[in-house]
Amino acid sequence: MTNYAIEAHGLTKSFGQTQALAGIDLEVPEGRVLGVLGPNGAGKTTAVRILATLLRPDAGTARVAGHDVLANPAAVRRSIGLTGQYASVDEDLTGVENLVMIGRLLHLSSRDAKSRADALLEQFELTDAGRRLAKTYSGGMRRRLDLAASLVGHPSVVYLDEPTTGLDPAKRDDVWNMVRLLVAEGTTVLLTTQYLEEADALAHDITVIDHGRVIAHDTPLGLKSQLGGQTLVVRPADVAELPRVTALLAEVGTRDPEHPSDDQVSVPVTGDDALVRTVSRLAEEGIAVTELSLRLPSLDEVFYALTGRAQQTADDASALETEGAAA
Amino acid sequence: MDALILAKRTVTKMVRNPEQFIDVTLQPVLMTVIFVFIFGGAVAGGTEQYLLLTLPAIVVQTIMFTSMTIGVNLNTDLKNGVFDRFRSLPITRSAPLIGAVLGDIVRHTIAVGVSLAFGALIGFRFHTSPLEVLFAIVLMIVFAVSLCWISVFVGMIVRSSGAVQGISFLVVFPLTFGSSAFVPADTLPTWMQGWVAINPVNHVIEAMRGLLVGPEYMAGDTTVTGQVLWVLASCVVLVGVFFPLATWAYRRKI
Repeated sequence: MTNYAIEAHGLTKSFGQTQALAGIDLEVPEGRVLGVLGPNGAGKTTAVRILATLLRPDAGTARVAGHDVLANPAAVRRSIGLTGQYASVDEDLTGVENLVMIGRLLHLSSRDAKSRADALLEQFELTDAGRRLAKTYSGGMRRRLDLAASLVGHPSVVYLDEPTTGLDPAKRDDVWNMVRLLVAEGTTVLLTTQYLEEADALAHDITVIDHGRVIAHDTPLGLKSQLGGQTLVVRPADVAELPRVTALLAEVGTRDPEHPSDDQVSVPVTGDDALVRTVSRLAEEGIAVTELSLRLPSLDEVFYALTGRAQQTADDASALETEGAAA
Repeated sequence: MDALILAKRTVTKMVRNPEQFIDVTLQPVLMTVIFVFIFGGAVAGGTEQYLLLTLPAIVVQTIMFTSMTIGVNLNTDLKNGVFDRFRSLPITRSAPLIGAVLGDIVRHTIAVGVSLAFGALIGFRFHTSPLEVLFAIVLMIVFAVSLCWISVFVGMIVRSSGAVQGISFLVVFPLTFGSSAFVPADTLPTWMQGWVAINPVNHVIEAMRGLLVGPEYMAGDTTVTGQVLWVLASCVVLVGVFFPLATWAYRRKI
């Protein structure tokens, strides 16, 4: 029998007229990483806030680390660590002070809080910056400090709400590595993200949500095959070659090639040999290219594949979700 | 205990942002200059006598303003996510609020100190014993801590910190000026004298006059003990009403 660290059924939540969650089920087995994938306003943050006891659901039940979020929020809080969408570190305190304060609030002695802070700073490569005010930190350092702050109490369940949004790729890789360390220690992680690439890199399972509903739940591999695998993009050196490249990609692709820009051709592909076949065909035809890449579908493409419609950028809903989070 | 850890946070933040002290240091100086030198001659026929009557009132007024900034600060904290972290920790629910209120005692103390020091610089002298002065200061800070809870409550229910400031001014003005702070209460219209009689701030001002310059400077029918008891009763009522309201508003966000 599987033990679930997070088990939520039929969660609903409305803010005024807007329904942020329309009945969501989430399950995360102990020690696993669930990626919750969705656009702005899909309800990701609302779900995390409910599971972190910051918000009450209108209906539905949720158990975290074996405790009901409504009946026993105090026990839930003892088991969780929360890293918000915006790094919630105290800017006027140093890195050390931020972590020591949380340690003290978790009833560690002064000395234990200090040594826990030092250990976390080292783990997150912030030892040198530990004595500086957090307001002098770069975006990536703040995220790392925020992540460290959520781990002071050795939580068994950690929520990462869009941990890399707004970070450049190098900083993003740093955060990913930290998350992998966490998972290696057996922590259960619920990760929300707008990037399939991130969910693919970190999660054991992915739940895709849209407009407050689950529209897909699968392993990364399963989801990718459901989406038609990856996308191959080619940019010929000479724009005049576009028709030939298009014809060539039609042979390797699973659908008709598209033109994402004036000088590019893209096509969904499956199988491991798509790239190799494309390269050899291009060589045979003697076509020079300036760009050739294989990438995962973007969130837009995921939604197109799952729902058959272009994803509406849910700006209204996202504005309301932020409002709800602030209220 | 949780509240004390968070009070330390408030104090650290205060020390790191010394510009936060501008209001508590410059405001009493400005108020004293404005009231004593501009209105003193007209109201009391001279600045010396007026200073003795007005400085205790200015100290109280300063405390009122410093009590109102807490709501603005907490409202900002609520928005930037720091409170989310506190609320996801297994700590006493009201600890972040109590911690902020306790930390603000530093601000109140500075405000009282600067007001009295500037008063002394322009000629104010205590006419009472050091013990009475000390008691006056403690009483004023107790009142400030109680009054804070109005601002905390407003900070919890209002959306923007600008609105918190606006509402705070609406609270402070009738309380400060609807009193004998700057003019003798018997010059006011009768209906307003009714308000003065129940206005807790008026009782704080009278108590301060009694404790800092002596009973002969208080309004005719009042005693120091009587006014002090009034102040303590007001504190109980303020905390009794606004502490539960503030914690309720804070928890409601969960």
